[in-house]
Amino acid sequence: MSLDAENEDAKMEALIAEVLTAYPDKFAKRRKKHLSVAKPVAEAAETENALLTECDVKSNIKSVPGVMTVRGCAYAGSKGVVWGPIKDMVHISHGPVGCGQYSWSQRRNYYIGATGIDTFVTMQFTSDFQERDIVFGGDKKLDKIITEIDQLFPLNNGVTIQSECPIGLIGDDIEAVAKKKAKEIGKTVVPVRCEGFRGVSQSLGHHIANDAIRDWVFDKKETEWEAGPYDVNVIGDYNIGGDAWASRILLEEMGLRVVGNWSGDATLAEVERAPKAKLNLIHCYRSMNYICRHMEEKYGVAWMEYNFFGPSQIEASMRKIAKHFGPEIEAKTEAVIAKYRPMVDAVIAKYRPRLEGKTVMLYVGGLRPRHVITAYEDLGMEIVGTGYEFGHGDDYQRTGHYVKKGTLIYDDVTGYELEKFVEKIRPDLVGSGIKEKYPVQKMGIPFRQMHSWDYSGPYHGYDGFAIFARDMDLAINNPVWDLFDAPWTEPDSLAIAAE
Amino acid sequence: MPQSAEKVLDHAPLFREPEYQEMFARKKQMFECGVSDAKIAEQADITKTWDYREKNLARESLVVNPAKACQPLGAVFAAAGFEKTMSFVHGSQGCVAYYRSHLSRHFKEPCSAVSSSMTEDAAVFGGLNNMVDGLANTYSLYAPKMIAVSTTCMAEVIGDDLHSFIQTAKDKKSVPQEYDVPFAHTPAFVGSHVDGYDVMVKGVLDNFWKGVEPKPNTSINIIPGFDGFCVGNNRELKRLLDVMGVEYTILSDASDQFDTPSDGEFRMYDGGTKIDDVKAAVHAKATVSLQRWNTRKTLDYAETFGHETASFHYPMGVRATDEMLMKISALSGKPIPESIRLERGRLIDAMADSQAHLHGKKYAIYGDPDFVIAMARFVMETGGEPVHCLATNGTKAWEEELRPILDASPFGKDAKIWAGKDLWHLRSLLFTEPVDLLIGSSYGKYLERDTGTPLIRLTFPIFDRHHHHRFPLWGYQGGLRVLTTILDKVFDKLDADTIVPGKTDYSFDLTR
Repeated sequence: MSLDAENEDAKMEALIAEVLTAYPDKFAKRRKKHLSVAKPVAEAAETENALLTECDVKSNIKSVPGVMTVRGCAYAGSKGVVWGPIKDMVHISHGPVGCGQYSWSQRRNYYIGATGIDTFVTMQFTSDFQERDIVFGGDKKLDKIITEIDQLFPLNNGVTIQSECPIGLIGDDIEAVAKKKAKEIGKTVVPVRCEGFRGVSQSLGHHIANDAIRDWVFDKKETEWEAGPYDVNVIGDYNIGGDAWASRILLEEMGLRVVGNWSGDATLAEVERAPKAKLNLIHCYRSMNYICRHMEEKYGVAWMEYNFFGPSQIEASMRKIAKHFGPEIEAKTEAVIAKYRPMVDAVIAKYRPRLEGKTVMLYVGGLRPRHVITAYEDLGMEIVGTGYEFGHGDDYQRTGHYVKKGTLIYDDVTGYELEKFVEKIRPDLVGSGIKEKYPVQKMGIPFRQMHSWDYSGPYHGYDGFAIFARDMDLAINNPVWDLFDAPWTEPDSLAIAAE
Repeated sequence: MPQSAEKVLDHAPLFREPEYQEMFARKKQMFECGVSDAKIAEQADITKTWDYREKNLARESLVVNPAKACQPLGAVFAAAGFEKTMSFVHGSQGCVAYYRSHLSRHFKEPCSAVSSSMTEDAAVFGGLNNMVDGLANTYSLYAPKMIAVSTTCMAEVIGDDLHSFIQTAKDKKSVPQEYDVPFAHTPAFVGSHVDGYDVMVKGVLDNFWKGVEPKPNTSINIIPGFDGFCVGNNRELKRLLDVMGVEYTILSDASDQFDTPSDGEFRMYDGGTKIDDVKAAVHAKATVSLQRWNTRKTLDYAETFGHETASFHYPMGVRATDEMLMKISALSGKPIPESIRLERGRLIDAMADSQAHLHGKKYAIYGDPDFVIAMARFVMETGGEPVHCLATNGTKAWEEELRPILDASPFGKDAKIWAGKDLWHLRSLLFTEPVDLLIGSSYGKYLERDTGTPLIRLTFPIFDRHHHHRFPLWGYQGGLRVLTTILDKVFDKLDADTIVPGKTDYSFDLTR
């Protein structure tokens, strides 16, 4: 290890120690376990796909009260992430009005359909709980709501009930209502126990939502459907800004059939048929690994993680997927890679010189803190810090495949910590969420939202990589960052002006 | 291959390319199992009928696309208007992430607030430990001058008692005994964000005013209410009051908090009503609310200190501004100066210049109760007809208040008031009784898409247009802004309707 690198590691460790001094002792101790610096692997294996580093921190435990965690809740994980994008079902935000209101149309799950007629993604259906519903229970109201939905939106293919906090606290029996109404309207009705107080973050909501698919969708209807030899499901792509479309086009060109896309632009039928596919391709491991494991156990569907951010990962992933299907698909895949190569080379030739050596700090959800790293590296950029809002141990373990030694790792980072880390490290770019965007930009540091793609996208696939490269360039190289200081505040400026 | 390095296509043009269009068609045909296009068209047409409207209006339980949020959002906004104040929302943490995102998306600004992060164990045992630990951490990390506590519905359902919890936290030295921790219970299943605003402002006042014997002076307290345009509006309000020479205190002024400069420093706190000014405000002569439906409890509370009170409905438009200024003048004894009369004259001048383009235009207006009243009045002042006036958080009492205002004008006598209705109701109303223009928030863009009614964004939340909130809607200057915004939409529509060469462009007039 070079002396410089050692110094850098020591500096990062010192930065962590400094930040922790602001906490009361008890909580400094608790937060310390969530912060670390990526370390070299003790015994580096010389195999392909070996770990580069160890990024071991405590994760998936309760946030400390009062620290300004960035995390959301189980409802956000279920309604906001997993169920909400399923376009031909009506998702009821069951409880008071707020949860559904704040999450209305904010995830950018693109879909094709006549909204309000046969698709319902960018709508807010709520039971708008009032005090009497808390006191007397909301089951009767829920019953009536489902009737009204079916009358006013008859082309819906089903209903989900996304529980907000009060539901579990007042003892409502939404499962009984769901069973009764499913019979009455002759459609799928799914109760989801994703009350916001359950678990420690969005993550449990993903799990609960996955379990609801297992328990309330699979094997409930006869699906007349003959699977082909190259049928796959894309799991954990929410089609943000069209991500899943930019991925699907590549999979189709490889000769595969995407039977179901979970859950961006999905219909209920795509969910129901999924167990008949030959392979599950999982992009967001954190939010949908549960159902993949279940499909493997119960239906024998193999699953494979892949990464469609940036050409290096796209190529590696496509080859890995193709290998599963044999020489015919492998040959087609090589042709696809070759077809896109000139475009990718041109994108890199155009943007890499403008981005080379720029440093990036990331703080995102459950997948992107590692998945996007290579895409930045394809553009010559360097990741100096990363962390997850709601990652688990297996996410941090996987992160070791991506980050270099000396990278700052922060789990469930607090507003205070992130501000201090950014201020001290002063990266050239920060990629995080809407709550982090404006504080960082005020400091004069370029920023891109990495949940919503900052209203741009797609970022998946080759078509998406071109947009990703353009967006990082326009964020970093915009002239506004040079205008922050008023010229007269610089020493001698007035004297110069007077000359 | 549509994508290229020379001309990078993002989502809007990219997915219109034939490769993608063909892919969508394949997906739909082979995998989606949807209904036929004919069936979709048929249902789409059904939703435009009177019959559907009747069924839609007969809904008793389901709410679709409401134009309201929950109480704690209003509480967080209210707290942001006080000097160095951190909002602390007791309950589940996801809620706080939502309030912060919601306000940041509108203002394009940081929004800081913390949660006590209650989880399942707290649901069983109560959230006292979360309060004790949470206050200690917030105090240490963010050094606020005051922590304003409100609640999510979780804490309300289990019945946590803020008053005793905060006292226990002080006893356990989370914060000093004398430290200011005002609080308000803000259950999401009661009222809406405007009520959360009300109780939080009242909570802050109560923290400082309780037990104080007022010694009346000549100052006037002004409470602006929940307002997505607070940045532009409060600054304009202060300018007018300064021009008049009025002594005043704005109680909850978030205009600087939600408009901090970019100069290299992140200011977690900026501006806001000074704590000392809040304390002194108990001795004011009068307390004036600019949005009555946002401040009913607070005004009642102010009255208990002998304050004269008055309330308005969002001082936007000519008469609404007149009334506010005259009341302030009467309360303060300061005359309205000539310069303001000239400002007024300039607004009237602009309205007269453009009246031909606005007279007889039909409008649908939705938003918070006070905004809808003000907007309907201003529209009538321009000769427009407010056909539909809708507030999801409007009540029967609000309807009864608005009715005579509309009836008093020939332009308002046919207006319909829709208290407690949502934007899916409004969709039916726009199909069956169409209007020329829709005034509301960004959510209205779905109505614009479905019904073709041009949307004018003039109220919170505005996510898809930038910086409008930095300009005032209040006062005569604000009136000019509102007028111009409406006119721009009218002219843009007129140009769009007459732009086809050789077909409609005979009316594509250079001067309008």
